[in-house]
Formats: sequence, C-alpha cells, structure tokens
Amino acid sequence: MASRTAFGQWFHQAADSDIWWSFKSSATTVIAAAVTLFIIALAFLAPVIAPHTPFDPGTLSLSDGLKPPVLISPDGDWSFPLGTDDQGRDVLSSIMYGTRLSLIVGFASVVVAMVLGIALGLVSGYFGGTIDAVIMRIADVQLTFPAILVALLIDGMVRGLISSQRHDEIATFVIIGAIGLSFWVQYARTVRGSVLVEKNKEYVQAARVIGLSPVVIMVRHVLPNVTGPVLVIATINLGLAIITEATLSFLGVGLPSTQPSLGTLIRLGNELLQSGEWWITVFPGITLAVLVLAVNLLGDWLRDALNPKLR
Amino acid sequence: MVGEPSRSAQDDSGRIMPSQTDNAPLLEVKRLRVEFPTRRGTLLAVDDVSFEIAAGEVLGVVGESGAGKSLTGHAIIGLLEPPGRVAAGEIRLEGRRIDNLPYEEMRKVRGAQIGAIFQDPLTSLNPLYSVGRQLVETIQTHLHLSAARARTRAVDLLKEVGIPGAEQRIDHYPHQFSGGMRQRVVIALALCAGPKLIVADEPTTALDVSIQAQVIALLKRLCREHRTAVMLVTHDMGVIAETADRVAVMYAGRIVEIGPVREVIKHANHPYTEGLMGSIPSLGHRTERLTQIDGSMPRLTEIPNGCAFNPRCHRRGRRCLVERPDLMPAGGGSAACWLHDAKGVGDAIVGEPANA
Amino acid sequence: MPDDGARSFVHIEGLKRHFDVSPPWLVRLLEGRGRQIVQAVDGIDIDIAKGETFSLVGESGCGKSTVARLVVGLYAPSAGRIAFDGDDITRRRGRAQTVALRRRLQMIFQDPYASLNPRWRVFDIIAEPIRAFRLAVGKDDLEKQVGDLLRQVRLTPADGRKYPHEFSGGQRQRISIARALASRPEFLVCDEPTSALDVSVQAQILNLMMDLQRRFGLTYLFISHNLAVVYHISTRVGVMYLGRLVEQAATDTLFKRPKHPYTRMLLDTIPDLEMSGRQRVPVAGEVPSPIDPPAGCSFHPRCPFANDRCKRERPRLLPAEAGAVACHAIEERRLVIEDRSYAKAR
Repeated sequence: MASRTAFGQWFHQAADSDIWWSFKSSATTVIAAAVTLFIIALAFLAPVIAPHTPFDPGTLSLSDGLKPPVLISPDGDWSFPLGTDDQGRDVLSSIMYGTRLSLIVGFASVVVAMVLGIALGLVSGYFGGTIDAVIMRIADVQLTFPAILVALLIDGMVRGLISSQRHDEIATFVIIGAIGLSFWVQYARTVRGSVLVEKNKEYVQAARVIGLSPVVIMVRHVLPNVTGPVLVIATINLGLAIITEATLSFLGVGLPSTQPSLGTLIRLGNELLQSGEWWITVFPGITLAVLVLAVNLLGDWLRDALNPKLR
Repeated sequence: MVGEPSRSAQDDSGRIMPSQTDNAPLLEVKRLRVEFPTRRGTLLAVDDVSFEIAAGEVLGVVGESGAGKSLTGHAIIGLLEPPGRVAAGEIRLEGRRIDNLPYEEMRKVRGAQIGAIFQDPLTSLNPLYSVGRQLVETIQTHLHLSAARARTRAVDLLKEVGIPGAEQRIDHYPHQFSGGMRQRVVIALALCAGPKLIVADEPTTALDVSIQAQVIALLKRLCREHRTAVMLVTHDMGVIAETADRVAVMYAGRIVEIGPVREVIKHANHPYTEGLMGSIPSLGHRTERLTQIDGSMPRLTEIPNGCAFNPRCHRRGRRCLVERPDLMPAGGGSAACWLHDAKGVGDAIVGEPANA
Repeated sequence: MPDDGARSFVHIEGLKRHFDVSPPWLVRLLEGRGRQIVQAVDGIDIDIAKGETFSLVGESGCGKSTVARLVVGLYAPSAGRIAFDGDDITRRRGRAQTVALRRRLQMIFQDPYASLNPRWRVFDIIAEPIRAFRLAVGKDDLEKQVGDLLRQVRLTPADGRKYPHEFSGGQRQRISIARALASRPEFLVCDEPTSALDVSVQAQILNLMMDLQRRFGLTYLFISHNLAVVYHISTRVGVMYLGRLVEQAATDTLFKRPKHPYTRMLLDTIPDLEMSGRQRVPVAGEVPSPIDPPAGCSFHPRCPFANDRCKRERPRLLPAEAGAVACHAIEERRLVIEDRSYAKAR
C-alpha cells in the first residue's frame, strides 16, 4: 500500500496508527466525537441555517411570544419548533447562535490560557532559579482562588475602569481574557514538569554543546516534546471554559443579553421558569450539558490514548 | 537428549563438571513458547525453548537485548505481564508442572521453591517497609515460623550476605542502604524461604564493577552452601564465565547453543556465539579491530525463515535459508546449526550477508 | 608524555567543580544543618596529544562524566583552566570566538535513546550543527553533506527521512556520531558511548570510531567504566576516584604494571573470559559518598597499604613510569610493582 505523495503516506500512517484504532474501538468516544462535531457544525453554520435571527430586533414580533414547543402543545408552531421566549425570539435559533458564542469564547480562552501557560512553563522550567521561583509562587497564589472568582475579579476590574457601553462592545474579549487568565496555571505547571525532565536529556545537552541560544533550544527542541500532556489538558479544559463562561453569564457578569451565550439564555429563561414557560431555559441547559459532556468524554479518551505513548 | 544437566565431579574452582545424569532434573523446560497477542498479529518472543537445570547447578542464560532471555525467566517464575502468555510447552519443577497453576498455587511456589532476583534493587524492595519486615513477612508466609524465630532467621540471613551490624540494620529502610548492600538484601530475601531454584535476571548490571565482583562471589558461595540451583539471565559474558556451570546462548527467542561454560566460551560451536565472543575486547591481546557481526538481531516481527541467524552468518548455506535447525550435538554440548549435521549446510550462497 | 602544557592539544590544569547540594534554606534553619557541597572534580591535570585517545575510567561518583561536561562547556569550572590547542577556553570571550571554538570540539553521549530529539527527523538532527555553524552553501550542499555523513557511519542517505524511534540503539549511536562529526571537529569527548549497547553492537561502534579516528585524525577523550573496552582503544588512560586522578599512564603500562592500589583493584574486577582460573579478589567496602569524602587520601579506608600519613595527607600526582601516580605507598616505596599478564583468549 505504498503511496507516492507525502500526504498519502501521512494519511495511511495515521489511519494505521494506534490512536485511530483506539478511537474506533470505543463506541462512547465515537459517539461523543460525533455529537461534538454535530453541535459545532450547527453552531458555526448558524448564520446560514438558523430559521430566524433572534437577536435582530427588527425581525421580532411580540405576538410570537411565549409559544410552547411544537410537540408538547397544540399552540405550538413549526416555524418555532422549540418555542419562543417572551420577546418572540425563537429558542432553537437562540440556541444555535448562543452555542456559537459559547464555543468561540471557550476555544479562545483555552488558547489564551495555553499560550500563556506554555510560555511561562517553558521559561520557568528551563531557566530555573529565581525566575522559576517567582512564576511558581504567582501560580501558587492564583491557585488558592477558584477560577470563577479570578474571572469575576478581572471582569469586575475592567467594568470598573471603562463605561458600561464600551464594555458591552468588548465584553467578549474581556471574558476570553478573564477565563484565559484564570486557567493558565495548570498548563504552566505541567509544561514546567515536562521541561524539567527534558532539560536534562542528552539531546538538549547536544544542542547546548553546539552553542545554540537558550531561546532557540527551548522553542525548537524542548517545546515539541512537552506538548503532549498539554493537548489533553486543553481538551478537558474546553468543557470547563464553556461552563465557566456560562456561569459568569448566568450570574450576569458575562456576555450581555444583546450577544447571549448559552449561559445568558439560561439566565434569561430562568426568570420565566416560575410562570411555567420551562422551555426557554431547559433547552439551552440541555444543549450546554450535552456539549460539555461530549467534550469531556473526548478529553478522557485522548488522555488514555496518548498515555502509552507518553510512557 | 539435548540440554543435559550435569552433576557429580567438581573441578578445582568448585565448578561442577558435566557428566551423566543420575537423577531427574530440578527444572525442566520443554518447548516453551511465549507469545504477545497484539492487534497486528501475535509476536513470538520465546520460540520452542527447551533446557534443564539440575539441583545445585548454575545455568547461565546469555543473549543480547530482545533475545527472549528475560521473558523465559519471567515465564518460569510465573510473572509474565499480560498480554504476554505461555502459549505452549511445559515447565516442570521437580516433576510437577508449574506453568499452568492457578494464581494462588503459583504464589506458594514462588518464594518457597523459586526465588527471584531482579536487576534493580530499588524496585525489588518496597521503600515503605523496613528490610526486616519484608524478610520476616516472606519467611512467615512460607515457613510458618513464629515472629521471633523468623526475625532471628532474618538477622542470620543478613549476616550471611555480609551486611555489617545486621541486628541494627534489619530495621533500616531500603533507601538507607547503598546499591550493593541493597542487592545483598535482595539476595537474602530470595533465599530466606529456602528455595531450590533462584532465577536471577541481570542481578549485577546496575552495580559498579567492584561491587559486581563482590555480589557475584556472594551469590555463588551462598548457592553452593544452600545447594540452590540458579538460572542466571544476563547479557554479561564475564559474569557467566565466573559463575555458571553451563550456559545457554539465546538469539531471537531461540536457544542457539548450550553446553558447559568452558566449552561454549573457548570453543564456540555456533557462529553467533563465536561472533559474540570475538566482539568482547580481551586483555590478553589487542587487535586492530574487534570481530563484528554485521547487522543486528531481527525484530520479533521480522524473524527470517530457516535459521534465525542466517542473514548475518558467514558460513551459511542454502539449507540454512529454509530449514530451521534444532539443537543437535556439537563438541561437548549442543548447537542449533546445520554445520554440525552430517548433511551440512547445503550449497554455498553467492553474495554477502547483511551489512552493518 | 607531553610535559609542556603549550604543546599538548588539550591541556587541563587544576580543574575543579563543586556542586551545592544543600537542603533548602528553611530546612537548614530548622534542623541546624550546614551547607553540603560535593567536590565532584577535585583538581585534575590531564594532557592529551593530537590524534591520541585518552580514556578516563572510574566507577560511579568518581567525576569522570563531570570532567567530560566541563571540557565541552556544559558546566563552568569552579577552578582551573582548560586549554584547547593553546587557547584557554575557560576564559570569557566574544561570541565569534566561542562559536569558532565550539565547532572544533563535540560530544557523543551515553544514552542512545535520549541523545536524539524524538520529534526531529534524522536529517535535521545531523544538519543542525552544519546550519548553526553555517558550513553549507545552499540546500544541495547541505543534503550532500548530511548524506556523506550518514554514509560514513554506515547508514544510508535515505535514513535521513526517518525518525529516531525507527532505529535500534546501535544505529542511533551512529546517528549521534554523524551529528558530532557534522561540524568537522578535531576533538571528540565521548561519554560512555557504548555502555548502553549490546556487546556485538559495541564492537561495531568501537570499530567505527577507530576507523573514523584514523581517517580524520580525531582526538578522543573517552569516558568509560569498562576496562576491557578502554584497553582496546586507548593510547593513555587516567584512573579517577572520588573526583581525583589517582593514576595515569600509557595503556600498556597501566594494564601490565598498575601502581595505585585502586587501579590494581579495578583490574582485578575484570572478568576472566579466558577461563584461566584466575580468581577475582573482591575488594572490601564500597565507594564512599562524595559529599563527605575521607580525609587525606580518599582511598585509604579501602586500601590494604594505608598508613597514618595516608589518613592525613592528600597524595600529590607524581611522575612515574610513562605516567603519574598519586600514592604515598608508591612514593615511600612500600609497594612492590609487579608485572601482570593476561592469558591470550583464543
């Protein structure tokens, strides 16, 4: 089964690899992956396939308000299959746009945490000494606070500094930054641990004998070898980031209602729960739970699949 | 029968000389096969290995990495890690089959009848328990002595293996001993229940050369005194030369030669053994180049047909490519090589064996 | 033996290196302990002539690996100097000079599994020094050089596309050698390059190293604990114990007429593969911890010839036949120096 092209070779190698085999052989993982991909697809294609644009006030009509889901009651309307909220916003479309935002914030904050954590972990592990001590003490202090609290703190600080209208515009970035800053520690510690191990290996010493600068050695030699565990943390963190954002939004300090994420939707629907219009909060809630569960299962599988190789 | 154990007469160094058998051997291994099922197919790590060890004899099993010698040892002790398993063959201790025993039965055999010494003393001893406690525990499990009697025996054992101040040191923890001392403790642990056979897997490889000499001398002396047989698995020919009565050379999961140690070392009957001995630098004379065997041991997935060594052998013939030789009488021992068969190796093959 | 430091190719004088292994400050404060310093290398003097192989032998903790790393610049010396071709490499110097110097000396490591970056292709591993020292003009020249190097270590240019895990231990060591040769060095420090290899593979690598030495006029500093290997490849041998050099001599002299008691003891531990019936005489005791070495001559607790002076006064390295020895018993002529012979193998 020889292949001429480099890509063909890589593809056959990957298809034949242990990771693919371990993926295929676990039904849970395959289902989790399928669900995740489905939700991601739905979310990102939202502008194209969502039946309504719930956050464009011009398209709303109060007469559509508070319609129940179509299969539950005869008052339902197929053009609003999951019902509407009090403003006439279609719940299904809201979920799609909301998931989109949740995912964007989730991914972005994981990336921020990863970049920051890897950089600090590399520096801390490679140089050791005072730099290491300082960075690790900062990390230790930060770990004494729950991540949500840290995110709240950062968010609160920013709100205090700029006007609330400006804040709404950049809310997404603030949240991404806040969540990212609250999660970097785990990456930094893991990377630092791996760096400490790799630093003493002889291929790093060989690079030093050649006379390369520490930065070059860190980036070109050490970094590729310490990213394995990072991937696992990132995948598991994704679920956590999404939940954190949802929590912040639910508490009212996350994304504003004009660009709601799943968390915001849950909050908005929550207020109507007492009067019996349960669908406005429950469907976004189910979506959130399913998404995070699927992502976590994927993360679990990845951690186990990468383990023998890491050994 | 091949792989005959030896007994009776001893030469000046106390080494047992080969001669006719009179009694049944202590350990009999017959056509042992150890397999590893993987998703890519089944790997055969030990292929049709047979040998015997007589009571009180030291059999060295020598080979390079991947030859299957450690796995053979593990199979005998019953510590093969799954998915590895004994796929065929028999292992008999004093006539009784032990390869198919249930876990509880094997556990009793281990320790009481077979002792084990592994390479790394750090992992052989539990760092959380004192040395004395581990010794006493083993003694009590297998010998059913009272705690006080067991402790006395433990102290005696520590003295026997040369630990100074045994009465105090018995309560020390493994990390408080140096590497050589730890290995002595491991030897004491292996001997404490009075086993008839010890399987030692690279017992001195992790030690300094001067300590190696001490530990080897100790092992040799103790086994003579306690009449314990030893299966000494190692890659170090020097250790074998000093300690073993007979030696089996393994290659690619098979035994290629087995015989009295003097015979195998000085007059190798298999081209691999010959090459191996030639590769070892010797102090007797200095050569420009060491003998080298080109190529390397085949991976388990790529073992050639016929004789496993044939791609690297300079004396191969056509027969070696297709027919796999069993151990046959050669010189004072046995070798798995058609050179010792009446029909020979067949026609010569044009072309060089595999390059380095 | 070159007695003039300026003439020898590699000149090491008074080399020392200590490591601070003290427990953390707080522990020291609470337990009232002092600092703990390990004198890993405690005053080494070595001269290596061009084209020769100088081996440093000793057991674990003797400091030979530290010496290797000091020579190659991975550690800075605590004291002493190292001169390479007349140039003092321990002196601070400008970047250009450091680069020029580093090109001429390289290192081969012990562990074939840790000495190659598992994420890099073999081609890039070998090309790295060439790129770092800008020794190639253009991509074609680089490929040609790497291909030549692979061929020289008896691999093929096609092997450049593979990853290290696709090779056996012996093959990886060849790749390490190819990498070390890539900058066309004149001096190679080899830290136990065959200790992790099987015996037959070791023979291949040793033969290769000797071939390369002849072909390129290389000078080797060879670190090992295996005396038989050292006997086979060395011109001169130095014996280390607890950071100090106790004896050095031409190979034949050291093995046929060892002087220092520790050297004799080491030679006694070499197994008798000639089956001559020579009994190994195991020596008492173990190597003491380098944190707290014995006073005076560090070997005295294990030495059958130690007297009071040995317990107080550290012996100096004094010239002896084709080499030097640091031993009071030799100096005071209390020890008889005998010839040793070893049976021929076959």
